[in-house]
Amino acid sequence: MWNVELTGEFIAFFVFAVMIITGAVMMLSLTQVVHMVLSLLAAFIGMAGMFVLLQAEFLAFVQVLIYAGAVTILMIFGIMMTNHQGEGAEFPRAWHEGLAAVGALALFGLLFYAIRQADFSQVTAYAPAEDNTLAIGKLLFTGYVVPFELVSVLLTVAFIGAIVLAKKEAD
Amino acid sequence: MLASYLTMAAILFCIGLYGALTKRNAVIVLLSIELMLNAANLNLVAFSKYGLAPSLKGQIFSLFSITVGAAEAAVGIAVLIALFRARGSVNVDDYDEMRR
Repeated sequence: MWNVELTGEFIAFFVFAVMIITGAVMMLSLTQVVHMVLSLLAAFIGMAGMFVLLQAEFLAFVQVLIYAGAVTILMIFGIMMTNHQGEGAEFPRAWHEGLAAVGALALFGLLFYAIRQADFSQVTAYAPAEDNTLAIGKLLFTGYVVPFELVSVLLTVAFIGAIVLAKKEAD
Repeated sequence: MLASYLTMAAILFCIGLYGALTKRNAVIVLLSIELMLNAANLNLVAFSKYGLAPSLKGQIFSLFSITVGAAEAAVGIAVLIALFRARGSVNVDDYDEMRR
């Protein structure tokens, strides 16, 4: 497995992986909250690049639009509306953080072992659609109409609920 | 190649888990949860290309999960703003009503 040949896909994968992991680790190590959100922005954009590598162009577009655009801006608004001083290091919770790190590393070890053990042999090769967006649109409005409408209702309800929750009480 | 994508998603999920468990600012905890959702999406899309029976269904599924993630972020921020108005803090250590 480790003797991968240097194809273009692997090099692009490596670049995007470095971008994503750098962004995520910077999120853990920075102290200013706004800087953390901006470093996660890099991770989200790298993820969009990975979607392009996986021939999911429409999803890459949606990823930039929703995660890199909407969610990041929403979080920055959330920071601005609450107090935005950095992570106050009043008392270092060494025990808590150590246990969390051990747990996360153990989970990663388990997942890594499972991925190494599994046999991912492909029966049929992937035949990408000529126009990814067209194919997804057709599938979404024929086979998945009911979930699509349900998720639009869910989104409307969630956003109205968010407005009601966040608006100031009239007093 | 599939194993590399799955390992990448596992790394991202574990970083998100660590962030969600250790960060004190509630906004960053929400953002870490978004990171974990994103790792799951990467798995779905990777299986839609390299899986046993590749098809577009994985991409459709991750489209729905992105939608639910966006709704979750909006409601989470709204709850956080209401909580900040009531308690004057976004530090998750201050929300310990249930523990007293």
